[in-house]
Amino acid sequence: MSGLWAMIRKEWKIYFVTPAAYVVLALFALISGFFFYSMLAVYVMQSLSGGEFGGGALNVNTQLIQPLFFDLGITLLFLLPMLTMRLYAEEFRSGTMELLKTSPIHRMQVVLGKFFAAFGIVLLLLLIAFAYLTVVLHYGKPDLSALAVAFLGLALMAAAFLALGILISSFTRNQIVAGVVTFSLFLLLWVAGWTTAYSSGTIAGFFSYLSITTHFQNFTLGLIDLKDLVYFLSLIVGGLFLTARRMELAE
Amino acid sequence: MLEVQHLSKSYGPFPAVSDLNFNAQKGEILGFLGPNGAGKTTTMRMITGYLPPSEGRVTVDGIVLQDQPLEAKRRTGYLPELPPVYPELTVEDYLRFVARLKRIPAREQAAKIDRACQRCALTDVRHRIIGRLSKGYRQRVGIAQAILSEPPLLILDEPTAGLDPRQIIETRELIRGLAGEHTVILSTHILSEAASTCDRVLIIRRGRLVAADTPANLTHRLKKTDTLLLEIRGPAEAARAALAAVPGVARVELAPALPGAADDAPARLTVESQGGDIREALARAVISAGWGLLELKPVEVSLEEIFLSLTDEPAAAEPAEAAAAAQ
Repeated sequence: MSGLWAMIRKEWKIYFVTPAAYVVLALFALISGFFFYSMLAVYVMQSLSGGEFGGGALNVNTQLIQPLFFDLGITLLFLLPMLTMRLYAEEFRSGTMELLKTSPIHRMQVVLGKFFAAFGIVLLLLLIAFAYLTVVLHYGKPDLSALAVAFLGLALMAAAFLALGILISSFTRNQIVAGVVTFSLFLLLWVAGWTTAYSSGTIAGFFSYLSITTHFQNFTLGLIDLKDLVYFLSLIVGGLFLTARRMELAE
Repeated sequence: MLEVQHLSKSYGPFPAVSDLNFNAQKGEILGFLGPNGAGKTTTMRMITGYLPPSEGRVTVDGIVLQDQPLEAKRRTGYLPELPPVYPELTVEDYLRFVARLKRIPAREQAAKIDRACQRCALTDVRHRIIGRLSKGYRQRVGIAQAILSEPPLLILDEPTAGLDPRQIIETRELIRGLAGEHTVILSTHILSEAASTCDRVLIIRRGRLVAADTPANLTHRLKKTDTLLLEIRGPAEAARAALAAVPGVARVELAPALPGAADDAPARLTVESQGGDIREALARAVISAGWGLLELKPVEVSLEEIFLSLTDEPAAAEPAEAAAAAQ
């Protein structure tokens, strides 16, 4: 356990002494803030015009929270490679992998340490998003359990991104390569579901199953589906497990 | 303390290290000597558990590395070729991380970090960022990291590489100071370093052990004939003839003049004896001829020459390899 804790603290420290964590936090606050403000403005305008015809306020969950979480997901897709690209590539490049592999620490503790450190930053990002949403909680009456499920979905998706990003980082000693490959893979996983728009064959169904958006969507609607949970958890567990294997084989 | 048995590593068909066997006693400094690419780093990586060996066994302090890797690693400190430091962290933060990684109990960490900093002369730079330190300091941070948990076995891969002469002397002194409590294995391709620092030297070539002995014994073993160097004030050719006539002399040669020597510089001759001590006879011959004897000393075979003779002589396996390549 102490080895895991040592890894988490080391990664966390490096995130904050290199400005990586601050840059990601600040940019996320800026981008998600802009999304939130724009969507809220549109929502309020639509609700007002709806009100003129006696319809009252639109459903906060489907009209505001759901599209907002999609945009938060896209923002994470851009920013999370910045958190994971360094994690293994830099250890290989600078030779510190020799320290980790010759210390009395199990490789799974190394992998998990890196994962939890990055996930700690993700929790801070979610806190920022939650801070914006307190405005909605104050003025509107969203379905709270649906909102919680949407947050759970966002956290699971981010964790899956991190696990894949860490795995990719363990295949190169160049962090730029790791970053570009990670970002491209995320983007592919995001858009893979578009196949269903023009085809309904088995292959299209397969791509749609692979797609992150397919599985994320239910969470944003407040629904927990077992197959979505299985999808995200298997990406997380698989990614981390393969990284540990990869560490064993490296060199 | 350390026992290495039948250690082998091959990358595909290419054997990097083959069938290495040796022991190291407690408190001993063992030098690993070999040309670049001889398999020194590969061997060290296998002893520290960084690389899994293709075959063989490593036993550290009675614990078999292949059976209980974490327990064996707890007993080993390792300085790789590149000091494994995080340039973003301060020396203090880095050593704190290493202390946790090496599972040093929390209440002992501060004291051990103090001690390692003192021994490696890092106290002044403790709060500086490692990335801004000079290469010599970074190397010392690497050594501090290796000795931090005071492990019984220390593996140092080229600990003096890239340091300036003063730092090299300081590092050697540090290593000699460590030997009492730790068993130290260091690799080097600098012979004088092995001769001055190590109790025992292992010479490896193409992944095989070609010699293992104390530096003094290695020198002695390879001294085939006694060779003496004489410096004489007198005519060189006449001196040569006179010395050749001394009983017991096998061969006399004029040694090349020292660079930049004046024309009237003393003659330098090397004399090989057939065996037995002929120094007195030589001295008498020179004096009775009326010349001045300025110097008479045995020529030591340097470790350098031993090294070259051992690493150049064809290994037994080579004809077979050549035959295989020809087919």
